[in-house]
Amino acid sequence: MANPFKAFFRAVQGSRDSESSLRPERPSGRPAASQSIVKAPAVMAPPQLRQSAALQQFVRSLDTNRDLRLLDLGGANAANIQFMTQMGTRLYSEDFFATLEDCFGDGDYYENQRDPARVDSFLIQTFSEQRGPFDGALVWDCLQFLRPSLLDKTIDHLHRILEPGAHLLAFFHADDKAQTIPQFHFKINDENSLTVEQRSEMPPGQAFSNRNIERLFEDFSSTKFFLSRDSIREVLVRR
Amino acid sequence: MWNRRKEEEPTPRSTNSSNLPTGSNEGMPMQTTSSRLDQDAPAPSRGATIGKGVSITGQIYSREDLIIDGEVEGTIEAAEHKVTIGPNGKVKAGIKAKDIVVLGAVQGNVEATDKMDIKKDAKLVGDIKTARISIEDGAMFKGSIDIVRTEVPKPVTKPQPVAVTSAPQQAMAASAGAADAKR
Repeated sequence: MANPFKAFFRAVQGSRDSESSLRPERPSGRPAASQSIVKAPAVMAPPQLRQSAALQQFVRSLDTNRDLRLLDLGGANAANIQFMTQMGTRLYSEDFFATLEDCFGDGDYYENQRDPARVDSFLIQTFSEQRGPFDGALVWDCLQFLRPSLLDKTIDHLHRILEPGAHLLAFFHADDKAQTIPQFHFKINDENSLTVEQRSEMPPGQAFSNRNIERLFEDFSSTKFFLSRDSIREVLVRR
Repeated sequence: MWNRRKEEEPTPRSTNSSNLPTGSNEGMPMQTTSSRLDQDAPAPSRGATIGKGVSITGQIYSREDLIIDGEVEGTIEAAEHKVTIGPNGKVKAGIKAKDIVVLGAVQGNVEATDKMDIKKDAKLVGDIKTARISIEDGAMFKGSIDIVRTEVPKPVTKPQPVAVTSAPQQAMAASAGAADAKR
């Protein structure tokens, strides 16, 4: 059996024979093992402004007459902080991707997500320090980069920390057969528009069809899909 | 006349060199009374710095701006001043100051009465309470943000004398008016 490291170096030197041994054997919809998971996109797309009907409904669902607590998993940025705090809400910021990188980033990203110790550490870091319950959660596109088992646990935690009736805003890439999908940074401009900046590209944790997404949130009371012209599916889930 | 001549003469700008010892002072700035006063005056405050080789455990109270590029564990308080956590700074402490700038790593709750500034590559884990905040892209932050709204003091208007009539008086006036109208 060919040593993968030798194969790698042969491939770097341009040996055609070794190319086949480098190709990852992967089941459809699954990321390859031992690959550099986070890739800077070949061409960094400029930030794009997009309308978001789901964001609009999310914002309108908030009862601003009382003190609200919102969870933002997309990492802190000035635009989101300003928008949400101007509405009088208290914002809890969590950098989901930074924690993912900390817990699973060394070595095989998706294989590491099978490790129970790492999974526990990730869930503790992401959810235990948060002071819920929350009146809403901005999950953005974070859920796409989790293996099914970790995804289920994450959804369970989100269900637990959200108030009944609270909404969760999540985005999924529309092409469920894509090998890699972009990972974005979302900045709120106003209640129905966002600036979307691509941060990197990664293989998705699994394929997300509409049926899969509905099944994912089956413990929640409703799931609403919003169609858009670009390749992002917006999903508003009610606890 | 004697006095007029004195007035007409231009007053010399500098001290007469003949009064000064020659040689040693050549090329040196002239020392005047005002410059001596400047020397006595305290130097403009640049703030205190905790260098990157310094590690402190305990409570820090500062009455001047503070730059922390070393390690601090405990509490930091500089009520009317600015605290800057430098790029090498590692702070495990609650921070309370007028302005807080983070370039390094902070773990603890921070309260900036005026402005909080989290720069690129900074890492902050803890709750923030501030009036204004700026976070650069690339900064990592975990925790809650509580924006304290400072109420703008309303302009004080001088109370103007207003003819106030009590309710019974108003009723009486109304009935009197009605009576006049009947007449």
